Amino acid sequence: MLHSPIITLDHVTKRFEAKRALDYVTATIQPGEFVAVIGKSGAGKTTLLRCLACSTPVTAGLIRFGEQDLTTLRGTALRLHRARVGMIYQQFHLVRRLRVLDNVLIGRLPHLSGWRRWAALCRYFDASQREIALRCLDHVGLLDRVWQRTDTLSGGEQQRVAIAKILAQEPQVILADEPVASLDVMNGALVMETLRRIASTAGLTVVANLHHVEYARRYADRVLGLRGGRLVFDGSPAGLTEAVLVDIFGDVPSDALGFRPMVVGETVWAIS
Amino acid sequence: MLGTLAMAVALGWAAQVIELRPLELLRDLGNIGVFLKGYLNPSFTHVGMYAWQCVITVCIALWGTVMAIVIAVPLGLLGARNLAPHPALYHAARRILDLFRAVNEFVFALMFVTAVGLGPFAGMLALGIHTGGVLGKLLSETVEAIDPGQVEGVAAVGAPRLHVIGFGVVPQILPNFLSYILLRFESDIRSASVIGMVGGGGIGFYLWDTIRAFNDRDAATVILLIVVMVVCVDIISARIRRAVI
Repeated sequence: MLHSPIITLDHVTKRFEAKRALDYVTATIQPGEFVAVIGKSGAGKTTLLRCLACSTPVTAGLIRFGEQDLTTLRGTALRLHRARVGMIYQQFHLVRRLRVLDNVLIGRLPHLSGWRRWAALCRYFDASQREIALRCLDHVGLLDRVWQRTDTLSGGEQQRVAIAKILAQEPQVILADEPVASLDVMNGALVMETLRRIASTAGLTVVANLHHVEYARRYADRVLGLRGGRLVFDGSPAGLTEAVLVDIFGDVPSDALGFRPMVVGETVWAIS
Repeated sequence: MLGTLAMAVALGWAAQVIELRPLELLRDLGNIGVFLKGYLNPSFTHVGMYAWQCVITVCIALWGTVMAIVIAVPLGLLGARNLAPHPALYHAARRILDLFRAVNEFVFALMFVTAVGLGPFAGMLALGIHTGGVLGKLLSETVEAIDPGQVEGVAAVGAPRLHVIGFGVVPQILPNFLSYILLRFESDIRSASVIGMVGGGGIGFYLWDTIRAFNDRDAATVILLIVVMVVCVDIISARIRRAVI
């Protein structure tokens, strides 16, 4: 690749007391890549994202964002880094009592300066900011829900509001922690499609934790496989052979991992 | 068994201490009848002045509650473990709120009367400080019970600290806090109606004056007006609660 990497993980280790959540993870992520992180629960996927978002300090090793070392960020520099990184959560983390538009406008908060920043505290945003928010909602197909209270929307719609909020934030990287795990199959596919589409149109880098291998196969350019905090796979989705999946997921029967998301999903897990 | 026995002994001893003699209530029933005759015939000669004093009482409670909010918001936010920027600030805020809450509004009124003189202003200051302590405590408890995910969702975009509170915390606590404010306003009305007894202004002075002077018919008027005032305020505040929350 000609680009210099946007994210560099250099022997990153994160310990929670005796337990190693991340164990010497080394990888680089190029600008514009859609990277899926797969692994069993407890394999360190969420810890990896939290380290990238600077929500938790690493125990050892280096994380660089472009040329910047993330492990030493504090105060305002940390806040500015957060503005460059858009977070998508499994539980959406939207302010439930606010209107959909206000939740998207929250994404504009780091970009306001001077009096606009103070006016925002009274929920006042000028026409240009509202224009941006509305365009973002249009991108995710929720323009008809603008004035609704956020908690009246379905889970899939709320996750798309969260994506619109990230769009309004104009980050360089999107970190998505199990973005579809609490959604049904149809909504999950719709959210993944939306994420994939906005990532390619805006040229954003995406790092997404996914526990459905089929989602990773379908949407990712590249897959990182974690097992017990160690990086055991780093390659294209085509390289996810049965042997590799067994290596990542251990004793889970491999035929349960190869399901197609549009057809099966949660029900298969319930049966097996 | 032993517990029940201990409880019975404690209650019996406490009855001695407070001179609990129910029979005297029966024996002196005649006296009560005499008073009751006056109370059943309210006098309306001074009703205009008493009504005006009731208006003053409502004003004391109103501004007392406003002052309480001004005290409660900063101290309540600092006194919430999940928002306080430093543990020392958290403890300082909590202790100040404890102090305001622990001292009864009447004690504060006596102090303010010596500071700013007799009158409604002293009463309002006393109510404001005590209620500020109560509201601040309720506010910090409410803040500590919020959903941290919604706050994280705002902080994660890189919003400034005040905006994280304004967008992530305020929408979550506002309905509860408004409800607490109304509740305390109702309670402030009741306190304001007696705070005049210690010089804090309002109808309380006349309540004290008429009862002490055995002026039963005027006392009856005053009590009647207080009941009407409390009921009216409760009805209005119930309306507001329905409209806002």
